[in-house]
Amino acid sequence: MTLAPQRPAHGSTKPQGINPRLRVASDEPRPERPALKRSGKPNPAAHLTQQDIEGIGHELDALRQEVMDSRGERDAAYIRKVIKTQRYLEMGSRALLLFSGVKVKGFRPAWWLGTAGLSVAKILENMEIGHNVMHGQWDWMRDPKIHSTAWEWDNASPASQWKHSHNEIHHTFTNVLGRDNDLGYGILRVDEDQKWSLFYLFQPIWHVGNALLFEYSIAAYDLELGKYMATKHRMSDEQKAEFRKNADEVVTKIKRQATKDYLVHPALSAVTGSARTTLTANVVANLVRNLWTNTVIICGHFPPDISTFEKTSIDGETRGEWYLRQMLGSGNISGTKAMHVMTGNLSHQIEHHLFPDMPSNRYAEIAPRIRDLMQRHDLPYVTGSLWKQAGSVYVKVVQLSLPNKVEGRRRRDIVKLEMTKAWRKKKRKLGL
Amino acid sequence: MSAPSTDRATPTAGPTRPRLGAHTPGPLGGALRGARKVAEALATPLVPADYLDLFDPMRAGADLRGRIVEVRPETADAATVVIRPGRGWLGHVPGQYIRIGIDIDGVRHWRAYSLTHRADGSAAAGIPAGCIAITTKAIPEGKVSRHLVRHAAPGTLVMLDQATGDFTLPAPAPAKVLFLTAGSGITPVMGMLRNHLPELADVAHVHCAPTQQDVIFHRELAGHHEAGRLALSLNLDDVHGVLRLDRLDTLVPDWRERETWLCGPTALLDAAEKHWADAGVPDRLHIERFRPSVVEPGEGGTVTFGGSAVTVDADGSTPILDAGEEAGVIMPSGCRMGICFGCVLPMRSGAVRDLRTGEVTVHESDEPLPIQTCVNAVAGACEIDH
Ligand SMILES: Cc1cc2nc3c(=O)[nH]c(=O)nc-3n(C[C@H](O)[C@H](O)[C@H](O)COP(=O)(O)OP(=O)(O)OC[C@H]3O[C@@H](n4cnc5c(N)ncnc54)[C@H](O)[C@@H]3O)c2cc1C
Ligand code: FES
Repeated sequence: MTLAPQRPAHGSTKPQGINPRLRVASDEPRPERPALKRSGKPNPAAHLTQQDIEGIGHELDALRQEVMDSRGERDAAYIRKVIKTQRYLEMGSRALLLFSGVKVKGFRPAWWLGTAGLSVAKILENMEIGHNVMHGQWDWMRDPKIHSTAWEWDNASPASQWKHSHNEIHHTFTNVLGRDNDLGYGILRVDEDQKWSLFYLFQPIWHVGNALLFEYSIAAYDLELGKYMATKHRMSDEQKAEFRKNADEVVTKIKRQATKDYLVHPALSAVTGSARTTLTANVVANLVRNLWTNTVIICGHFPPDISTFEKTSIDGETRGEWYLRQMLGSGNISGTKAMHVMTGNLSHQIEHHLFPDMPSNRYAEIAPRIRDLMQRHDLPYVTGSLWKQAGSVYVKVVQLSLPNKVEGRRRRDIVKLEMTKAWRKKKRKLGL
Repeated sequence: MSAPSTDRATPTAGPTRPRLGAHTPGPLGGALRGARKVAEALATPLVPADYLDLFDPMRAGADLRGRIVEVRPETADAATVVIRPGRGWLGHVPGQYIRIGIDIDGVRHWRAYSLTHRADGSAAAGIPAGCIAITTKAIPEGKVSRHLVRHAAPGTLVMLDQATGDFTLPAPAPAKVLFLTAGSGITPVMGMLRNHLPELADVAHVHCAPTQQDVIFHRELAGHHEAGRLALSLNLDDVHGVLRLDRLDTLVPDWRERETWLCGPTALLDAAEKHWADAGVPDRLHIERFRPSVVEPGEGGTVTFGGSAVTVDADGSTPILDAGEEAGVIMPSGCRMGICFGCVLPMRSGAVRDLRTGEVTVHESDEPLPIQTCVNAVAGACEIDH
């Protein structure tokens, strides 16, 4: 069997000895949980004792075991049905788009239907299928076609790079400041505890741009393009070669994706004079998918009332503490069954982060029990409608584009000061 | 089963799959190859086969599959499963076996079963023309055998591999033959009898079973016996006791002169190997072993990293990932706590224990089984492809 090309393990992800996260409890004394965070926000877990956290760990381990033991025919049938539906929907929509240029009473019905269908198909593929299969949620079926090591998704980012940055980094270090780059993707400040800089002043623009080009920004992000640009001069030849190899992979993937959507499909439609309309349909479907996935994803970790964590707080972290961090660091979206499927069940972000390898169709089933557990321990179970949650993030993106309020200083002055500093630095650099 | 591939733009099938236009010369070949390229460009990131499988999973060129046509009881705990194979089926030599991949409770399991149908594709023994057949005996606690015998339903799609195995008759057939079978070990021999009996001049057959009711294919065998086509001796445990090989001197006095094909439980096979060797005729004995060599799960053991040619001893609480790293093997890893699947490597053989749940996973076929090395410890012994 071939495996995803491996990237060298991040030095930082490699603790000494056996990972403490394999065990619910720890023999070592654990750090205090201060009542207030650096930004002055209250710590929602300050009231828990070490025993409480161990108890939570054991309860969640047992729940996981219960669900994993009951995986079976019904679950396998579910994912196969979703995959089948998605493929028929995509084929049907693409067939319609062959006639997307045909006008009926001044209106192009095939374009509208085909574009809508293709958008939904792409969303299903990325969310309920691709994301979840790549998490290994369906590996237990031992079907080599529906396996985390084999899946490639309809997205600019190559599966192997996505799995590294998402499964390995984001899911392990969820919401740890300085460790989880998903926290604002390096271009947004989404938490008061993130340090402000001048760059964030324009973050409403970055945010909208990011949403529209989401698949490409994810690809660039998974490639760690930003880090490469910033630290290129310090990188060894080996690291550079590694980057170039990964970059080649991304370029190849993007080329393939673009050839399909923007070249071959429009070319086939040329027979009915629908080349241009099929091209626009593909562009729109990709945009819709980008916007939708971004909207869903920002609801997972950025809304208010979701916690972030200090780097030092996870030293020697136990499995129980890791669970706690996942619960406090994620937020759900409420809605209908159809809505849950369209979000790839990331509407159950809390449940997903607790058990990333649990089949997605099970999250809704365990959600009431997770909610109950959190309420019993007086922990906030963050949830709300898509519009409420996404709206709150948009508001936050605007608010946090400015520095935090500090006693006795106007925010305007802080910004001004930073601007002057930046200007001076620039001048010095240019030798003026 | 084809190995999962990371690059799905290239078809994942084995070497037997004909690629469109690959062997067609001239302009037609060019056109076909062009069409294939377009189809691949349209299907990316999947492959065209992923879409074609929706319409016709049994088509030529697809991964080999089959559909169960009938499950016919043979004895109280054995049944013949008749399967219509996909159009890519290449046929077999009587005595050979196939591997079947069947989904049970959503999990795919692969097992080997000997073929009992006629190799020329004609109908025989109630098996329709063009179908293949296996006969399975349900063993206690047996995952696949019990499922096939008790639960498998007509219409079920199963994965198949092409036939393989060298437990076959040579051409020309030897003058004097002895078949020595026990229990479900009759199946490959029945495959030979249904195809080659007319060519065999002198056949002695000794078959063992617990009781007369347990004899698979009893009527068919008795029919041949009565018609004088073979000399059948039954050794029934409840009448004769478990077969002692010195009884052969009475049942088939000239057994030493016969080319012998033997299939049955491990104890019988081992005893026979010794018996034939002691008689100075080990070359006359041909054996088929049904029992895959599986590791009895234990605590800790040796881990072998095949590709790196490293073997280490690890205890039952050390993740294979840590054991590998300590031995200097460069291991893929991510979260190191079982959530990211960044550490998955194929296990070639052996058994591992999940450190979170205590659950033991035993490698049960010759298919590599992907495991998470960060949360699994060796249980007995295991071989990792890395
Ligand atoms: C080349 C080849 C040809 C075969 N042909 C046939 C055939 O024609 N008909 C047939 O019925 N079987 C045949 N088998 C055996 C078959 O592949 C399975 O091993 C068998 O059906 C048991 O599988 P299971 O899933 O039911 O048992 P499992 O769930 O794998 O095992 C259950 C228990 O039974 C033990 N066990 C496993 N295999 C055997 C065995 N063969 N005998 C006794 N105990 C066992 C295991 O150690 C375990 O304790 C063949 C095997 C090989 C290698
Ligand atoms: S390293 Fe993440 S699952 Fe093993």
